[in-house]
Amino acid sequence: MNVLVMGVGNLLLQDEGAGGKAVEEFARRYRVPPGVEILDGGTSGIELLQYIQGRDLLILVDVVRSGNPCGTLTRFEGEHVPALFRDKISPHQLGISDLLAVCQMTDAMPEKVVLFGIEPKSLDTGLTLSAEVAGNIGRLADLVAEELRLFGVTVEPYS
Amino acid sequence: MAKRITIDPVTRIEGHLRVDCELDNGHVSKAWASGQMWRGIELILKGRDPRDAWLFTQRICGVCTTVHAIASVRSVESALKMEIPLNAQYIRNIMIAAHAIQDHIVHFYHLSALDWVDVTSALRAEPRKVASLAQGMSSWSLNSSQEFVRVQEKLKGFVGSGQLGIFANGYWGHPAMRLSPEVNLLACTHYLQALEVQRKANIIISILGAKTPHIQNLAVGGVANPINTDSPSTLSLERLYYVKTLIDELGDFVNNVYFTDVCAIGASYRDWTAYGAGVTNYLSVPEFPLDTKGTVFELPGGYIPAGDVGRFSPIRNFEDESFVKGVKESVKHSWYKGDSDRHPWEEETEPGYTDFLDDGKYSWVKAPTFRDAPAQVGPLANVLCLYAAGHEATRKYTDKALATIGRLSGAPVSIEALHSTIGRHAARGVRAAVLYETLQKQWQLLMDNIGKGDTRTFNQPEFPKGEVRGVGFHEAPRGVLSHWIVIADKKIKNYQAVVPSTWNSSPRNAKDAPGPYEASLVGTPVAVPEKPLEVLRTVHSFDPCLACAIHMVDTENAEIVSVRAL
Repeated sequence: MNVLVMGVGNLLLQDEGAGGKAVEEFARRYRVPPGVEILDGGTSGIELLQYIQGRDLLILVDVVRSGNPCGTLTRFEGEHVPALFRDKISPHQLGISDLLAVCQMTDAMPEKVVLFGIEPKSLDTGLTLSAEVAGNIGRLADLVAEELRLFGVTVEPYS
Repeated sequence: MAKRITIDPVTRIEGHLRVDCELDNGHVSKAWASGQMWRGIELILKGRDPRDAWLFTQRICGVCTTVHAIASVRSVESALKMEIPLNAQYIRNIMIAAHAIQDHIVHFYHLSALDWVDVTSALRAEPRKVASLAQGMSSWSLNSSQEFVRVQEKLKGFVGSGQLGIFANGYWGHPAMRLSPEVNLLACTHYLQALEVQRKANIIISILGAKTPHIQNLAVGGVANPINTDSPSTLSLERLYYVKTLIDELGDFVNNVYFTDVCAIGASYRDWTAYGAGVTNYLSVPEFPLDTKGTVFELPGGYIPAGDVGRFSPIRNFEDESFVKGVKESVKHSWYKGDSDRHPWEEETEPGYTDFLDDGKYSWVKAPTFRDAPAQVGPLANVLCLYAAGHEATRKYTDKALATIGRLSGAPVSIEALHSTIGRHAARGVRAAVLYETLQKQWQLLMDNIGKGDTRTFNQPEFPKGEVRGVGFHEAPRGVLSHWIVIADKKIKNYQAVVPSTWNSSPRNAKDAPGPYEASLVGTPVAVPEKPLEVLRTVHSFDPCLACAIHMVDTENAEIVSVRAL
């Protein structure tokens, strides 16, 4: 089992940091077996390549603007994920879609890629999440756990 | 009649940059650079403990994490007039140099080479010819025909399937693309090899920094690396020798691949030494402190006005008043209230958005000046200042690069050729080679100092009552970075970061003088206005990094997939 759960986004821009906060919450709630790595990727670019290459499963957590009410959770899978990140909204030096393209070219594409998104409210400078987003971070962490279970990973809550 | 082109956003960079050009007779006659610069760090830092600031500043940008961390601790140490243990200086220096080499490699191959290299042309290359060409340039072990055949097959597969993947955004077949199929295949092969090599720099940083992304080992007053040559849980001899191995692997690639590729591509595009000079006032700061007080440096810094290396004036140390007093920022053409032109310690950040007004305000970037004039920063500025200061390794590699480009292109090249778009790439290659020597030297200094029995890595900071001010500067991969801090009663009162791309992507200043990107574009030929490859070449040559707007995924605008709420 070779799995990465990675939150991405900028912690200094309120809801932009929701991905990192969600994986932090996931790590607080659940014990994962060896072979599952949890990472706060921040806004890094090519540095992340070594972490995503060759995984059996890559779970990304990020803010996703989809026109739904703030705090809405969404899930994407497979080829939709790089397609989403291909849009130039990402200021990553080499964005997630570029990194996945590199994985493809170097025969190190993660076998399965899943993206969980949360609809943001405020992207202003600040360290706190909006109430709508903060209120759903726990649910987002639980969804990551369910995804891992479906993949056959034993995930136990710290009760 | 002038024609206007707008490139928005300029891609393959960090952050958001818009460039507008007016074209007259196929050449750029006027240009504007407009950026979204993240300027709110003081809003987060005000009232906090100055010892924590670096943990926040390293989150400003995903590429420049280490860079903002270093500048931040230096700003607090400057305010407290602290001395830093030698081991801490050396460990920081190794991280700084390793990061910069990684950054330069990634910039050349992954962020800008595709402006000059045509992937589709590489499919027509003869691998055996590529091997003989490459082996004539260097002894790199992966310059074999088998490797070139392997990469070419891979590229054919991608092109055949219509999935160019990472190569999808290039202007393939553009009339300004001029490399032979063989050089194109050589560059594509090294592009893929560079992906592996850049990781080695990252491993160095993660060994010393405890973690990447986002290092954990810095502290105001030193570093948090306990040194014990025997214990596996500290910085042990085994770890230090592993770092040395990685340093040498990086150096092998820099000298035998990156440096020679820069020369080969520079020779093929020699006409580009005539374009892209722009602002030729060059500013750099000294880097790699070698003593505890920060008064002696491995690489000198300074200022060159109007491209005249003979008029170089040095910036000597972290306290140098000519730097501390020489910097101002104007908001006359930036989306902030008023038209102030102030020192960073006195600045306020009050947004005042207007539309994009050619003669008014048109950018979120402020216009920094040094001695009231715009200045270019970055590897070219650094290399020219080092050259002017007589830095031996810089002279050696600069002369070698100029001689190689001259030999390959069949006519001598002078140092004046560096004031150009292609010159910025050459300078970055020279700087990487210089930094490899620096890296070796800093590693040896660290080993020797530990060998003397000194294991100190941290001095305790002591904060006075009342107000103190400091500036931390750093010659970062993109040029001069400075963090300006005001501390009152042990808390942060004001904090400003003047980042390298602020200098280079500066809008017009208080005197309406254009910034480096803007000035460098004037005169650039544009063959196909709908595909302004030449404009991108010049903008990318600066290695723009307009950190960190917003990186959210947007399905509303992308319209690629349907969204179902969970």
